[in-house]
Amino acid sequence: MTVTEIGSPRRRKEDQRLITGRTRYTDNIVLPGMLHLAMVRSPFAHATITAIDTHDATSSPGVVAVLTGRDVADEQGSLPCAWPITPDQKAPPHPAIAVDHVAFAGEVVACVIARSAAEARDAIELIDIDYDELPVVLDLEEALTDATLAHPDLGTNKSATWVFDSAEAGTGDDVAQVLAASELVLERTYLQQRLIPAFMEPRSTVVDPTGEQITMWSATQVPHLLRLMLALTLSIPEGKVRVVAPDVGGGFGGKLQVTPEEVITMLAARRTGKPCKYTETRSESLMAAHHGRGQVQRLKLGATREGIVTGLSVDLLADMGAYLGLVTPGVPILGAFMYNSIYKFAAYRFSCTNLFTNKAWTDAYRGAGRPEATFAIERLMDDLAHELDMDPVELRRKNWIKHEEFPFSTIACLEYDSGNYEAATDRALELFGYDDLCAERDRRRAAGDRVQLGIGVSTFTEMCGLAPSRVLGALSYAAGGWEHAQVRVLPTGAVEVVTGVSGHGQGHETAWSQIVADRLGVPFDSIEVLHGDTQTSQKGLDTYGSRSLVVGGMAVVAAADKVIEKARTVAAHLLEASTDDIEFAEGRFSVRGTDQGLALGEIAFATFSAHNLPDGFEPSLDSDATFDPENFSFPHGTHLAAMEVDTETGEVTLRKYVCVDDIGNVINPMIVDGQVHGGLVQGIAQALFEEAVHDESGTLVSGSFVDYLVPSAADLPSFTTDRTVTPSTTNALGVKGVGEAGTIASTPAIVNGVLDAIRHLGVQDIAMPCSPHRVWKALQDGASKGLGAEEPVPDRVAPEQDAGPMNSSGNLPTGDFQ
Amino acid sequence: MIPSAFDYHAPTSLDEALTLLAQGGDDAKILAGGQSLIPVMRLRLAGPELLIDLGRIDGLRGIEDDGDAVRIGAMTPHHDIASSALLGEHAALLCAAARTVADPQVRHRGTFGGALVHADPAGDMPAPALVLGAEFVIAGAGGIRTVSATDFFEGLFTTAVGEDEILTHVRIPKHTGWGARYEKFTRVAQQWSIVAVAATVRAEGSAIAEARVGLTNMGSVPIRAESVEAALAGCALEEAAIARACASAAEGTDPPTDTNGDADYRRHLATVLATRAVLSAAGG
Repeated sequence: MTVTEIGSPRRRKEDQRLITGRTRYTDNIVLPGMLHLAMVRSPFAHATITAIDTHDATSSPGVVAVLTGRDVADEQGSLPCAWPITPDQKAPPHPAIAVDHVAFAGEVVACVIARSAAEARDAIELIDIDYDELPVVLDLEEALTDATLAHPDLGTNKSATWVFDSAEAGTGDDVAQVLAASELVLERTYLQQRLIPAFMEPRSTVVDPTGEQITMWSATQVPHLLRLMLALTLSIPEGKVRVVAPDVGGGFGGKLQVTPEEVITMLAARRTGKPCKYTETRSESLMAAHHGRGQVQRLKLGATREGIVTGLSVDLLADMGAYLGLVTPGVPILGAFMYNSIYKFAAYRFSCTNLFTNKAWTDAYRGAGRPEATFAIERLMDDLAHELDMDPVELRRKNWIKHEEFPFSTIACLEYDSGNYEAATDRALELFGYDDLCAERDRRRAAGDRVQLGIGVSTFTEMCGLAPSRVLGALSYAAGGWEHAQVRVLPTGAVEVVTGVSGHGQGHETAWSQIVADRLGVPFDSIEVLHGDTQTSQKGLDTYGSRSLVVGGMAVVAAADKVIEKARTVAAHLLEASTDDIEFAEGRFSVRGTDQGLALGEIAFATFSAHNLPDGFEPSLDSDATFDPENFSFPHGTHLAAMEVDTETGEVTLRKYVCVDDIGNVINPMIVDGQVHGGLVQGIAQALFEEAVHDESGTLVSGSFVDYLVPSAADLPSFTTDRTVTPSTTNALGVKGVGEAGTIASTPAIVNGVLDAIRHLGVQDIAMPCSPHRVWKALQDGASKGLGAEEPVPDRVAPEQDAGPMNSSGNLPTGDFQ
Repeated sequence: MIPSAFDYHAPTSLDEALTLLAQGGDDAKILAGGQSLIPVMRLRLAGPELLIDLGRIDGLRGIEDDGDAVRIGAMTPHHDIASSALLGEHAALLCAAARTVADPQVRHRGTFGGALVHADPAGDMPAPALVLGAEFVIAGAGGIRTVSATDFFEGLFTTAVGEDEILTHVRIPKHTGWGARYEKFTRVAQQWSIVAVAATVRAEGSAIAEARVGLTNMGSVPIRAESVEAALAGCALEEAAIARACASAAEGTDPPTDTNGDADYRRHLATVLATRAVLSAAGG
């Protein structure tokens, strides 16, 4: 293989059509006779539906039908959850249209089908629904008590409790004993506020029941999973369903779902026999598409006075919201393996209780469990460094896995194949100008400047490339983690690559073309990448969890290699040589030691015409491959943030951000930079801007972009990104995955930086997002405790009673992150 | 995001617009750029049955010298105000505030008059208009009347413009040579003001001769911080003195509490931002 494309910062071939709009997103699809749907949604977070009067809506102009939950109760089934984390996991039924009980504000209670979108929208105003309101449970600590139930019929808010214990697993010691013997124990409670994925393209679905197969176009990340789940949920033969994900405008995990709206659109199309379309409004998207994060993290970290971490205990409350979506219960569990991060310690225990509340259900959101884990351990490491008056980078050095120790079996039962934390950190410190910035911080602190400077440190690793199927099986996930690809050589020598992953902004078409161009020695421009249609791409497990390149890319490589071997047989036959004497390089098969040879395109045409092929040779070069990874991949990196805090207003400004990531080999550095930049912004947004806020009745207050603050380029500086390269040893490309890296590492870097700037003013914690108001309030509270009083490090540091969010009631930190 | 059905008229004369408005009654609404109205219609928070678009009426757009004042047509877009040399010379505060309104698209579509009559407490144009002593020229069936700035903003989203009236022009008394600063506090770009302070200052030597200070989003209407203005008259151009003078900025205000901050925080911000705005306006 000649490497000319891999590593090249090619502009993305898909961008011209995406940027100019010369393409079709789902909402652009218009079919003859198509009907339009509009949803009636519950205004109450918890209620019983006592009556629905659809009479006026049914007779409204253009209305074809009105569907209520009762109308479809026998056929709508229950929306699927593919990840029961324990055998005794509890879950309420999850109807696409609520029948007599609603459990969050925004749940669909009726659907209007009309000849135009405007007529459907007008008619939903005419549906009269009587509700009996029920008490709501919104707060995780409250949910834990079962005093108020999100689903009275379930009898509890507890869905499941999942535990990992290093002593039981045989990977380490008993954490209680280790903590008891530790010289220092930090106890902390951190909150992961609810976030809303806020993808650019709202969700949209078109279903065409015409013909033998029902076709669904949907703005989804997971056309293959969707097809399977529709078949199972609605009892339709799988072969009768085709799902197409056309160009999709972002997902971030938010479109890793089988949604009520998709099922309803399918039901509507089957009922009416007409193509049906539903496109949500932004308000509906924020309110009723699944949310992310939502955890209370209760942590105990043991250490020696020299700064050696001894053990970690993690006790999580995880907010499921009102229902279990496709992988809802598993999201916090994905974090279980990452709390130990890049560090070595003797004992670890993780326990997570999944709880129902009367809010939109949560599910995967960029990083899914791993950002939460990384935030916890990286905050703890900075807190520990502060307690010990130690440089936070030095503290990390004392505890991390050294590069010569790889492969390394972790206390959380994973085997890290490769990494070099020293190299990435040294490079980051150099690019950042760490010593100079620390000196400036110290000067400004001593001078009592109005604007203080803080330095935030975060290191991380993540498990990505989901996933070895056996591991998923061990975690009770319903599906595997393999990926499929097909490489087809057309008579002209052009190549079609079919991939089972389903890009929605990642740049797969470009990256896969680069891989295949090098592998087969064909021009980049003669390669077409096909995806996102179950009729074209028959097999696949789609795109999430930084898996596309690490798993899907490897399937492409395997399929291309099979093409080469088939072509070698044809070449040997045509060149009258032994296959052992056929060399393949730069797209040409030649007889060793001669100038005799044939290009791949010539062999493709010979195979197409099939006039002169070896006896018994199947006349096709096309090849399929299914790749199941033997291990996860473990990208890592070191991120540094210089934060300025205006002590008068609480305003926080990110002055400088440096990250050095190690994602192994890089196929396209421009795409990687884009992924890192976008990931950083989403992680920074959790630290500073975004929060799904509910009022006491469970209504989403941050229900538009006026209140749900998604930052733009205007709010952030340019980032300094660089890479070290420690290839993965468990895949032939040596790649590790990059889709979530920035999101995972940046959140703790930012919050650590904010705290570093104002810790000397008596501030020990600020709930995310660190809004100016919260920072100012924390400064006021710190001042009232006595400015800058350096407390002696006690033997055992008490839990920080005042460390929580600033809810007006002064309650302990809870899951109601207002 | 589909509004309920409505009729749309784009008259070419003011008389025609007034007639349509009179006919439409409660169900009619003036469209003066639509940057606030159209979104609330799309959310069905408003459902007028008739929209009267002022965009095609000659003479409602433009900025001209009017002796001791600058006369601004109600349909003048924010962008034109932000970039007007005439206003830069005689009412620099308006330009400074207009530059902070939303984003370039909105500044090209949204209008000065539209923003004033909408009277959003977090909108950026009312407070500068108030402190500059704007005179509001309002046309109705009975002819033209003029309302002073102090009488124009009546309450939350409510002004002196009657349901059958149209704001046609605003006269801004010249504040030639006054320094200006619109100190807007937001968490992300293009956000509505959490709090903003509009300050314009005439300095003489090393002291402030006169100052006008207005507050955005510190109550249901824009507020003029008169005690601050009084304290600033004759105040030395020096940070500590200005800060003392601005300490009363939040007096008598009734700011909202929302996800961006509570009322106490806004009161605190008002004093900090007032000091910064005045310092900056005075060239400090």
